[in-house]
Amino acid sequence: MKHETVEKNIGLMMIFIALVISVGALVEIVPLFFQKETTEPVKGLKPYTALQLEGRDIYIREGCHVCHTQMIRPLRAETERYGHYSVAGEFVYEHPFLWGSKRTGPDLARVGGRYSDDWHKLHLYDPQAVVAGSVMPAYPWLWEQKIDGDKTGKKMAALRSVGVPYTDEQIAKSFDETDGQLEIDALVAYLQQLGTVISHQR
Amino acid sequence: MTSFWSAWIIVLTLGSIFGYVWLLMANRKTDTAPNEVKHHVFDGIEEYDNPLPMWWFYLFIVCVVAALAYLAWYPGLGNFKGLGNWTSTQQHEERVAAKEANFQKHVEGFMAISPEELAKDFKAVKMGERIFKSNCAVCHGSDARGSFAFPNLTDNDWLYGGDAESIKKTITDGRIALMPSWSMQLGDDMDNMVTFVRNLSVEGMEGQKSDPMYNKFQQICSSCHGVDGKGMQASGAPNLTDDIWLYGGEHHDVKLTIQKGRNGQMPAHKDLLSEERIHLLTAFILSFQNSLD
Repeated sequence: MKHETVEKNIGLMMIFIALVISVGALVEIVPLFFQKETTEPVKGLKPYTALQLEGRDIYIREGCHVCHTQMIRPLRAETERYGHYSVAGEFVYEHPFLWGSKRTGPDLARVGGRYSDDWHKLHLYDPQAVVAGSVMPAYPWLWEQKIDGDKTGKKMAALRSVGVPYTDEQIAKSFDETDGQLEIDALVAYLQQLGTVISHQR
Repeated sequence: MTSFWSAWIIVLTLGSIFGYVWLLMANRKTDTAPNEVKHHVFDGIEEYDNPLPMWWFYLFIVCVVAALAYLAWYPGLGNFKGLGNWTSTQQHEERVAAKEANFQKHVEGFMAISPEELAKDFKAVKMGERIFKSNCAVCHGSDARGSFAFPNLTDNDWLYGGDAESIKKTITDGRIALMPSWSMQLGDDMDNMVTFVRNLSVEGMEGQKSDPMYNKFQQICSSCHGVDGKGMQASGAPNLTDDIWLYGGEHHDVKLTIQKGRNGQMPAHKDLLSEERIHLLTAFILSFQNSLD
Protein backbone atom coordinates (compact mmCIF):
# COMPACT_ATOMS: atom_id res chain seq x y z
CA MET A 1 0.00 0.00 0.00
CA LYS A 2 1.36 3.41 -0.86
CA HIS A 3 1.34 5.89 1.98
CA GLU A 4 -0.22 8.33 -0.43
CA THR A 5 -3.39 6.26 -0.22
CA VAL A 6 -3.58 6.86 3.54
CA GLU A 7 -2.44 10.44 3.42
CA LYS A 8 -4.97 11.51 0.84
CA ASN A 9 -7.92 9.67 2.39
CA ILE A 10 -8.72 11.42 5.67
CA GLY A 11 -11.40 8.89 6.72
CA LEU A 12 -9.04 5.94 6.32
CA MET A 13 -6.32 7.83 8.14
CA MET A 14 -8.63 8.48 11.12
CA ILE A 15 -9.48 4.79 11.34
CA PHE A 16 -5.81 3.80 11.29
CA ILE A 17 -4.86 6.40 13.89
CA ALA A 18 -7.67 5.24 16.19
CA LEU A 19 -6.49 1.63 15.82
CA VAL A 20 -2.87 2.44 16.55
CA ILE A 21 -3.47 4.59 19.61
CA SER A 22 -6.02 2.22 21.15
CA VAL A 23 -3.71 -0.80 21.31
CA GLY A 24 -2.11 0.31 24.58
CA ALA A 25 -5.48 0.79 26.29
CA LEU A 26 -6.89 -2.43 24.86
CA VAL A 27 -3.95 -4.41 26.21
CA GLU A 28 -3.30 -2.67 29.52
CA ILE A 29 -6.70 -1.39 30.68
CA VAL A 30 -9.53 -3.43 29.18
CA PRO A 31 -8.49 -6.83 30.64
CA LEU A 32 -8.51 -5.25 34.14
CA PHE A 33 -12.27 -4.72 33.90
CA PHE A 34 -12.61 -8.49 34.06
CA GLN A 35 -10.03 -9.49 36.72
CA LYS A 36 -11.06 -10.56 40.23
CA GLU A 37 -8.10 -8.68 41.72
CA THR A 38 -9.45 -5.39 40.46
CA THR A 39 -13.21 -5.84 40.65
CA GLU A 40 -13.68 -7.59 44.01
CA PRO A 41 -13.20 -5.77 47.32
CA VAL A 42 -10.48 -6.94 49.70
CA LYS A 43 -11.70 -8.79 52.79
CA GLY A 44 -13.22 -6.44 55.34
CA LEU A 45 -13.65 -3.47 53.00
CA LYS A 46 -16.72 -1.41 53.89
CA PRO A 47 -18.30 1.50 52.05
CA TYR A 48 -17.75 4.90 53.67
CA THR A 49 -20.11 5.92 56.45
CA ALA A 50 -22.24 8.98 55.69
CA LEU A 51 -19.87 11.26 57.63
CA GLN A 52 -16.74 9.79 56.04
CA LEU A 53 -18.31 10.22 52.62
CA GLU A 54 -18.92 13.92 53.29
CA GLY A 55 -15.34 14.16 54.55
CA ARG A 56 -14.14 12.65 51.30
CA ASP A 57 -16.02 15.29 49.34
CA ILE A 58 -14.34 17.99 51.42
CA TYR A 59 -10.99 16.31 50.71
CA ILE A 60 -11.79 16.64 47.01
CA ARG A 61 -13.14 20.19 47.33
CA GLU A 62 -10.04 21.46 49.11
CA GLY A 63 -7.82 19.78 46.54
CA CYS A 64 -5.95 17.57 49.00
CA HIS A 65 -5.40 15.06 46.20
CA VAL A 66 -3.38 17.64 44.28
CA CYS A 67 -0.53 17.45 46.80
CA HIS A 68 -1.17 14.09 48.49
CA THR A 69 -1.26 10.73 46.75
CA GLN A 70 -3.17 7.70 48.02
CA MET A 71 -1.12 5.01 46.35
CA ILE A 72 1.75 3.16 48.01
CA ARG A 73 3.93 1.42 45.45
CA PRO A 74 5.62 -1.92 46.19
CA LEU A 75 9.01 -0.33 46.85
CA ARG A 76 10.78 -0.85 50.15
CA ALA A 77 11.35 2.82 50.84
CA GLU A 78 7.62 3.45 50.47
CA THR A 79 6.27 0.47 52.37
CA GLU A 80 8.64 1.22 55.23
CA ARG A 81 7.39 4.76 55.52
CA TYR A 82 3.72 4.40 54.66
CA GLY A 83 2.80 0.75 55.28
CA HIS A 84 1.68 -2.16 53.11
CA TYR A 85 1.59 -1.34 49.40
CA SER A 86 -1.83 -0.49 47.99
CA VAL A 87 -3.80 -3.28 46.34
CA ALA A 88 -6.50 -2.87 43.70
CA GLY A 89 -9.23 -4.44 45.83
CA GLU A 90 -9.01 -1.57 48.33
CA PHE A 91 -10.32 0.89 45.75
CA VAL A 92 -13.37 -1.00 44.50
CA TYR A 93 -15.80 1.45 46.16
CA GLU A 94 -13.85 4.55 45.12
CA HIS A 95 -15.66 6.82 42.68
CA PRO A 96 -13.57 8.58 41.54
CA PHE A 97 -10.15 7.29 42.59
CA LEU A 98 -8.03 9.73 44.58
CA TRP A 99 -4.69 8.12 43.79
CA GLY A 100 -3.21 11.47 42.79
CA SER A 101 -0.09 11.85 40.73
CA LYS A 102 2.21 14.16 42.66
CA ARG A 103 3.58 14.14 46.19
CA THR A 104 4.15 17.60 47.54
CA GLY A 105 3.08 16.20 50.91
CA PRO A 106 3.34 12.58 52.02
CA ASP A 107 1.20 9.74 50.75
CA LEU A 108 -2.02 9.37 52.74
CA ALA A 109 -3.15 5.91 51.65
CA ARG A 110 -2.64 4.51 55.17
CA VAL A 111 -2.73 7.60 57.34
CA GLY A 112 -5.77 6.24 59.25
CA GLY A 113 -4.93 5.66 62.92
CA ARG A 114 -1.36 6.92 62.56
CA TYR A 115 -2.13 10.17 64.40
CA SER A 116 -4.76 11.19 66.93
CA ASP A 117 -7.85 13.19 65.99
CA ASP A 118 -6.39 16.11 67.94
CA TRP A 119 -3.24 16.00 65.87
CA HIS A 120 -5.19 16.15 62.62
CA LYS A 121 -7.26 19.08 63.88
CA LEU A 122 -4.24 21.00 65.09
CA HIS A 123 -2.41 20.21 61.87
CA LEU A 124 -5.26 21.29 59.58
CA TYR A 125 -5.80 24.47 61.60
CA ASP A 126 -2.14 25.43 61.64
CA PRO A 127 0.19 22.92 59.95
CA GLN A 128 3.36 24.72 61.02
CA ALA A 129 2.37 24.39 64.69
CA VAL A 130 3.11 20.66 64.57
CA VAL A 131 5.37 20.26 61.53
CA ALA A 132 7.91 23.06 61.43
CA GLY A 133 8.83 24.01 57.88
CA SER A 134 5.72 22.43 56.36
CA VAL A 135 4.44 24.14 53.21
CA MET A 136 0.87 22.96 53.74
CA PRO A 137 -1.74 25.72 53.84
CA ALA A 138 -4.12 26.08 56.80
CA TYR A 139 -7.83 25.30 56.49
CA PRO A 140 -9.44 27.29 59.33
CA TRP A 141 -12.82 27.61 57.59
CA LEU A 142 -13.48 23.91 58.17
CA TRP A 143 -14.29 24.92 61.77
CA GLU A 144 -16.92 27.40 60.62
CA GLN A 145 -18.71 25.60 57.81
CA LYS A 146 -21.29 22.94 58.51
CA ILE A 147 -22.44 20.04 56.40
CA ASP A 148 -25.77 20.20 54.64
CA GLY A 149 -27.10 16.67 55.19
CA ASP A 150 -29.78 16.95 52.50
CA LYS A 151 -27.40 15.84 49.79
CA THR A 152 -25.69 12.98 51.61
CA GLY A 153 -28.44 10.43 50.90
CA LYS A 154 -28.49 11.38 47.22
CA LYS A 155 -24.74 10.95 46.98
CA MET A 156 -25.02 7.51 48.57
CA ALA A 157 -27.83 6.53 46.21
CA ALA A 158 -25.73 7.66 43.25
CA LEU A 159 -22.79 5.58 44.48
CA ARG A 160 -25.11 2.62 44.96
CA SER A 161 -26.10 2.84 41.30
CA VAL A 162 -22.47 2.23 40.36
CA GLY A 163 -22.06 -0.74 42.68
CA VAL A 164 -21.30 0.51 46.20
CA PRO A 165 -23.43 -1.67 48.50
CA TYR A 166 -25.25 0.95 50.58
CA THR A 167 -28.40 -0.27 52.30
CA ASP A 168 -31.70 1.65 52.38
CA GLU A 169 -31.24 1.97 56.12
CA GLN A 170 -27.82 3.63 55.76
CA ILE A 171 -29.23 6.10 53.26
CA ALA A 172 -32.25 6.83 55.48
CA LYS A 173 -29.98 7.57 58.47
CA SER A 174 -27.48 9.66 56.51
CA PHE A 175 -29.22 12.99 57.15
CA ASP A 176 -29.13 12.60 60.92
CA GLU A 177 -25.53 11.43 60.85
CA THR A 178 -24.18 14.35 58.85
CA ASP A 179 -26.47 17.38 58.97
CA GLY A 180 -25.03 20.26 60.94
CA GLN A 181 -21.73 18.53 61.69
CA LEU A 182 -18.60 20.65 61.36
CA GLU A 183 -16.68 20.00 58.17
CA ILE A 184 -13.49 19.37 60.12
CA ASP A 185 -15.09 16.42 61.93
CA ALA A 186 -16.17 14.85 58.65
CA LEU A 187 -12.70 15.31 57.13
CA VAL A 188 -10.97 13.80 60.16
CA ALA A 189 -13.43 10.87 60.12
CA TYR A 190 -12.49 10.27 56.48
CA LEU A 191 -8.74 10.56 57.13
CA GLN A 192 -8.85 8.26 60.16
CA GLN A 193 -10.19 5.29 58.18
CA LEU A 194 -7.81 5.61 55.21
CA GLY A 195 -6.09 2.32 54.50
CA THR A 196 -7.03 0.69 57.78
CA VAL A 197 -8.45 -2.41 56.09
CA ILE A 198 -4.92 -3.80 55.59
CA SER A 199 -2.47 -3.59 58.48
CA HIS A 200 1.20 -4.35 58.28
CA GLN A 201 3.94 -4.30 60.87
CA ARG A 202 7.33 -2.93 60.01
CA MET B 1 -6.21 -14.32 34.24
CA THR B 2 -8.42 -16.44 32.01
CA SER B 3 -6.83 -17.87 28.87
CA PHE B 4 -9.07 -15.64 26.75
CA TRP B 5 -7.64 -12.43 28.20
CA SER B 6 -4.16 -13.91 28.15
CA ALA B 7 -4.53 -14.66 24.43
CA TRP B 8 -6.07 -11.21 23.87
CA ILE B 9 -3.01 -9.51 25.35
CA ILE B 10 -0.50 -11.74 23.53
CA VAL B 11 -2.17 -11.40 20.12
CA LEU B 12 -2.58 -7.62 20.36
CA THR B 13 0.92 -7.01 21.73
CA LEU B 14 2.84 -9.24 19.35
CA GLY B 15 0.45 -8.35 16.50
CA SER B 16 1.18 -4.66 16.85
CA ILE B 17 4.94 -5.20 17.15
CA PHE B 18 5.04 -7.33 14.00
CA GLY B 19 2.64 -4.90 12.33
CA TYR B 20 5.19 -2.14 12.89
CA VAL B 21 7.96 -4.34 11.53
CA TRP B 22 5.92 -4.96 8.38
CA LEU B 23 5.25 -1.22 8.01
CA LEU B 24 8.95 -0.49 8.43
CA MET B 25 9.96 -3.08 5.82
CA ALA B 26 7.21 -2.13 3.38
CA ASN B 27 8.45 1.47 3.32
CA ARG B 28 12.12 0.72 2.74
CA LYS B 29 11.79 1.30 -1.00
CA THR B 30 9.84 3.99 -2.79
CA ASP B 31 9.00 4.04 -6.49
CA THR B 32 10.54 7.47 -6.99
CA ALA B 33 14.19 8.01 -7.73
CA PRO B 34 16.39 9.33 -4.87
CA ASN B 35 15.87 13.03 -4.20
CA GLU B 36 13.16 13.27 -6.83
CA VAL B 37 10.64 15.94 -5.92
CA LYS B 38 7.00 14.85 -5.74
CA HIS B 39 4.48 16.41 -8.03
CA HIS B 40 2.35 18.17 -5.44
CA VAL B 41 3.13 21.62 -4.12
CA PHE B 42 1.45 23.28 -1.11
CA ASP B 43 2.11 26.98 -0.56
CA GLY B 44 5.35 26.61 -2.46
CA ILE B 45 6.50 23.71 -0.29
CA GLU B 46 7.71 20.66 -2.20
CA GLU B 47 8.39 17.16 -0.85
CA TYR B 48 10.86 14.34 -1.39
CA ASP B 49 9.77 10.72 -1.15
CA ASN B 50 13.01 9.22 0.18
CA PRO B 51 13.04 6.11 2.40
CA LEU B 52 14.11 6.44 6.07
CA PRO B 53 17.82 7.14 6.59
CA MET B 54 19.68 4.00 7.64
CA TRP B 55 20.48 5.17 11.21
CA TRP B 56 16.81 5.81 11.75
CA PHE B 57 15.79 2.47 10.26
CA TYR B 58 18.23 0.58 12.50
CA LEU B 59 17.06 2.54 15.53
CA PHE B 60 13.60 1.08 14.92
CA ILE B 61 15.09 -2.41 14.57
CA VAL B 62 16.92 -1.99 17.89
CA CYS B 63 13.65 -0.89 19.54
CA VAL B 64 11.81 -3.94 18.23
CA VAL B 65 14.55 -6.31 19.40
CA ALA B 66 14.61 -4.63 22.82
CA ALA B 67 10.82 -4.90 23.09
CA LEU B 68 10.88 -8.61 22.26
CA ALA B 69 13.74 -9.26 24.68
CA TYR B 70 11.84 -7.38 27.42
CA LEU B 71 8.69 -9.40 26.77
CA ALA B 72 10.69 -12.62 26.88
CA TRP B 73 12.37 -11.82 30.21
CA TYR B 74 9.69 -9.90 32.14
CA PRO B 75 5.99 -10.76 32.59
CA GLY B 76 4.23 -8.86 29.82
CA LEU B 77 2.48 -11.41 27.67
CA GLY B 78 -0.70 -12.51 29.46
CA ASN B 79 -0.12 -15.49 31.71
CA PHE B 80 3.45 -16.02 30.50
CA LYS B 81 5.59 -15.30 33.57
CA GLY B 82 8.71 -14.42 31.62
CA LEU B 83 11.99 -16.32 31.58
CA GLY B 84 13.31 -14.27 34.50
CA ASN B 85 10.33 -15.15 36.76
CA TRP B 86 10.38 -11.53 37.97
CA THR B 87 7.47 -10.06 39.95
CA SER B 88 7.29 -6.68 41.65
CA THR B 89 5.92 -8.24 44.86
CA GLN B 90 8.75 -10.74 45.01
CA GLN B 91 11.34 -8.04 44.42
CA HIS B 92 9.75 -5.97 47.17
CA GLU B 93 9.73 -8.92 49.58
CA GLU B 94 13.37 -9.72 48.86
CA ARG B 95 14.43 -6.15 49.53
CA VAL B 96 12.39 -5.97 52.73
CA ALA B 97 13.82 -9.31 53.90
CA ALA B 98 17.40 -8.22 53.16
CA LYS B 99 16.92 -5.01 55.09
CA GLU B 100 15.16 -6.77 57.97
CA ALA B 101 17.99 -9.33 58.16
CA ASN B 102 20.46 -6.46 58.41
CA PHE B 103 18.34 -4.84 61.15
CA GLN B 104 18.11 -8.11 63.09
CA LYS B 105 21.89 -8.49 62.88
CA HIS B 106 22.24 -5.12 64.61
CA VAL B 107 19.58 -5.63 67.29
CA GLU B 108 20.80 -9.13 68.07
CA GLY B 109 21.53 -9.14 71.76
CA PHE B 110 19.62 -5.90 72.45
CA MET B 111 16.41 -7.77 73.26
CA ALA B 112 18.00 -9.54 76.20
CA ILE B 113 19.02 -6.21 77.76
CA SER B 114 16.47 -4.15 79.67
CA PRO B 115 15.55 -0.76 78.13
CA GLU B 116 16.99 1.01 81.20
CA GLU B 117 20.38 -0.58 80.54
CA LEU B 118 20.03 -0.15 76.79
CA ALA B 119 19.50 3.58 77.32
CA LYS B 120 23.22 3.79 78.10
CA ASP B 121 24.22 2.01 74.88
CA PHE B 122 25.19 4.59 72.27
CA LYS B 123 24.33 2.41 69.27
CA ALA B 124 20.93 1.31 70.59
CA VAL B 125 19.97 4.90 71.45
CA LYS B 126 21.03 6.10 67.99
CA MET B 127 18.92 3.36 66.37
CA GLY B 128 15.99 4.28 68.60
CA GLU B 129 16.42 7.92 67.67
CA ARG B 130 16.11 7.14 63.96
CA ILE B 131 12.96 5.10 64.55
CA PHE B 132 11.64 7.96 66.68
CA LYS B 133 12.31 10.53 63.98
CA SER B 134 10.44 8.62 61.31
CA ASN B 135 7.49 7.55 63.48
CA CYS B 136 7.05 9.76 66.52
CA ALA B 137 8.58 13.14 65.72
CA VAL B 138 5.50 14.34 63.81
CA CYS B 139 3.65 14.72 67.12
CA HIS B 140 6.33 14.75 69.81
CA GLY B 141 8.78 16.90 67.84
CA SER B 142 12.17 15.94 66.42
CA ASP B 143 13.75 16.90 69.76
CA ALA B 144 11.09 14.83 71.65
CA ARG B 145 10.11 17.93 73.59
CA GLY B 146 6.53 17.78 72.39
CA SER B 147 4.35 20.77 71.67
CA PHE B 148 0.85 22.01 72.46
CA ALA B 149 -1.28 18.91 73.18
CA PHE B 150 1.67 16.51 72.74
CA PRO B 151 3.71 15.64 75.83
CA ASN B 152 7.38 16.42 76.28
CA LEU B 153 9.23 13.10 76.59
CA THR B 154 12.53 14.49 77.82
CA ASP B 155 11.42 15.63 81.30
CA ASN B 156 10.47 13.39 84.22
CA ASP B 157 6.79 14.35 84.23
CA TRP B 158 4.95 11.25 83.04
CA LEU B 159 1.23 11.03 82.32
CA TYR B 160 1.11 7.23 82.23
CA GLY B 161 4.30 6.29 84.02
CA GLY B 162 7.95 6.61 83.07
CA ASP B 163 9.19 3.07 83.73
CA ALA B 164 10.16 0.90 80.76
CA GLU B 165 7.06 -1.25 81.01
CA SER B 166 4.63 1.68 81.05
CA ILE B 167 6.39 3.36 78.12
CA LYS B 168 6.26 0.14 76.14
CA LYS B 169 2.58 -0.25 76.89
CA THR B 170 1.92 3.35 75.83
CA ILE B 171 3.63 2.79 72.49
CA THR B 172 2.19 -0.66 71.87
CA ASP B 173 -1.44 -0.22 72.86
CA GLY B 174 -1.77 3.53 72.74
CA ARG B 175 -3.56 5.66 75.34
CA ILE B 176 -6.83 7.49 75.37
CA ALA B 177 -7.20 10.29 77.91
CA LEU B 178 -10.58 11.62 78.89
CA MET B 179 -11.02 14.95 80.57
CA PRO B 180 -14.76 15.61 80.56
CA SER B 181 -16.38 19.02 80.34
CA TRP B 182 -17.17 20.54 83.76
CA SER B 183 -19.16 23.60 82.66
CA MET B 184 -22.41 22.29 84.15
CA GLN B 185 -20.96 21.35 87.54
CA LEU B 186 -18.89 24.49 87.99
CA GLY B 187 -21.30 27.09 86.61
CA ASP B 188 -20.33 30.55 87.89
CA ASP B 189 -17.36 29.13 89.80
CA MET B 190 -15.49 28.41 86.55
CA ASP B 191 -13.08 31.35 86.72
CA ASN B 192 -12.44 30.82 90.44
CA MET B 193 -11.63 27.17 89.78
CA VAL B 194 -9.24 28.10 86.97
CA THR B 195 -7.43 30.47 89.31
CA PHE B 196 -7.34 27.79 92.01
CA VAL B 197 -5.89 25.19 89.64
CA ARG B 198 -3.28 27.58 88.25
CA ASN B 199 -2.33 28.48 91.79
CA LEU B 200 -1.65 24.84 92.67
CA SER B 201 1.83 25.06 91.22
CA VAL B 202 2.51 28.20 93.23
CA GLU B 203 0.92 27.65 96.65
CA GLY B 204 0.14 23.93 96.47
CA MET B 205 -2.96 22.19 97.78
CA GLU B 206 -2.28 22.84 101.47
CA GLY B 207 -1.56 26.50 100.87
CA GLN B 208 -5.05 27.02 99.44
CA LYS B 209 -7.02 25.09 102.04
CA SER B 210 -9.03 28.19 102.95
CA ASP B 211 -9.96 28.85 99.32
CA PRO B 212 -13.69 28.23 98.70
CA MET B 213 -12.70 26.18 95.64
CA TYR B 214 -10.75 23.71 97.81
CA ASN B 215 -13.84 21.67 98.68
CA LYS B 216 -15.14 21.82 95.14
CA PHE B 217 -11.81 20.51 93.84
CA GLN B 218 -11.95 17.65 96.33
CA GLN B 219 -15.50 16.82 95.23
CA ILE B 220 -15.10 17.06 91.47
CA CYS B 221 -11.45 16.82 90.47
CA SER B 222 -9.72 14.74 93.10
CA SER B 223 -11.04 11.38 91.89
CA CYS B 224 -8.72 11.62 88.89
CA HIS B 225 -6.18 14.33 89.76
CA GLY B 226 -5.79 13.07 93.34
CA VAL B 227 -6.57 14.75 96.67
CA ASP B 228 -3.16 16.43 96.51
CA GLY B 229 -3.65 17.44 92.84
CA LYS B 230 -0.58 15.46 91.84
CA GLY B 231 -2.43 13.40 89.25
CA MET B 232 -2.84 9.69 88.76
CA GLN B 233 -0.82 7.72 86.23
CA ALA B 234 -3.34 4.85 86.09
CA SER B 235 -5.85 7.12 84.36
CA GLY B 236 -3.37 9.48 82.75
CA ALA B 237 -4.61 12.45 84.79
CA PRO B 238 -1.84 15.05 84.83
CA ASN B 239 -0.10 16.43 87.88
CA LEU B 240 -1.54 19.95 88.35
CA THR B 241 1.08 21.14 90.83
CA ASP B 242 4.23 21.10 88.69
CA ASP B 243 3.57 24.04 86.36
CA ILE B 244 3.78 21.79 83.27
CA TRP B 245 0.78 22.40 81.03
CA LEU B 246 -0.01 20.12 78.13
CA TYR B 247 -2.70 22.44 76.77
CA GLY B 248 -1.23 25.75 77.86
CA GLY B 249 -1.07 27.29 81.34
CA GLU B 250 -2.60 30.73 80.73
CA HIS B 251 -5.95 31.49 82.32
CA HIS B 252 -7.89 31.11 79.06
CA ASP B 253 -6.06 27.85 78.18
CA VAL B 254 -6.88 26.19 81.50
CA LYS B 255 -10.41 27.55 81.30
CA LEU B 256 -10.92 26.02 77.86
CA THR B 257 -9.65 22.67 79.15
CA ILE B 258 -12.10 22.67 82.06
CA GLN B 259 -14.98 24.05 79.98
CA LYS B 260 -14.74 21.79 76.95
CA GLY B 261 -12.74 18.84 78.26
CA ARG B 262 -9.79 17.24 76.49
CA ASN B 263 -9.46 13.97 74.68
CA GLY B 264 -5.78 13.35 74.12
CA GLN B 265 -4.93 10.20 72.28
CA MET B 266 -1.75 8.28 71.68
CA PRO B 267 -2.33 5.94 68.73
CA ALA B 268 -1.50 2.25 69.23
CA HIS B 269 1.62 1.18 67.37
CA LYS B 270 1.41 -2.59 67.74
CA ASP B 271 0.28 -2.98 64.12
CA LEU B 272 2.89 -0.53 62.87
CA LEU B 273 6.13 -1.29 64.69
CA SER B 274 7.81 -4.58 65.56
CA GLU B 275 8.64 -5.56 69.12
CA GLU B 276 12.36 -4.88 68.54
CA ARG B 277 11.66 -1.36 67.31
CA ILE B 278 9.43 -0.59 70.30
CA HIS B 279 12.20 -1.92 72.57
CA LEU B 280 14.72 0.45 70.95
CA LEU B 281 12.28 3.36 71.10
CA THR B 282 11.75 2.78 74.82
CA ALA B 283 15.52 2.83 75.33
CA PHE B 284 15.78 6.08 73.35
CA ILE B 285 13.03 7.74 75.39
CA LEU B 286 14.59 6.57 78.65
CA SER B 287 18.00 7.89 77.56
CA PHE B 288 16.77 11.45 78.25
CA GLN B 289 16.38 10.55 81.93
CA ASN B 290 20.11 9.86 82.21
CA SER B 291 20.98 13.43 81.32
CA LEU B 292 18.35 14.98 83.61
CA ASP B 293 19.83 15.25 87.07
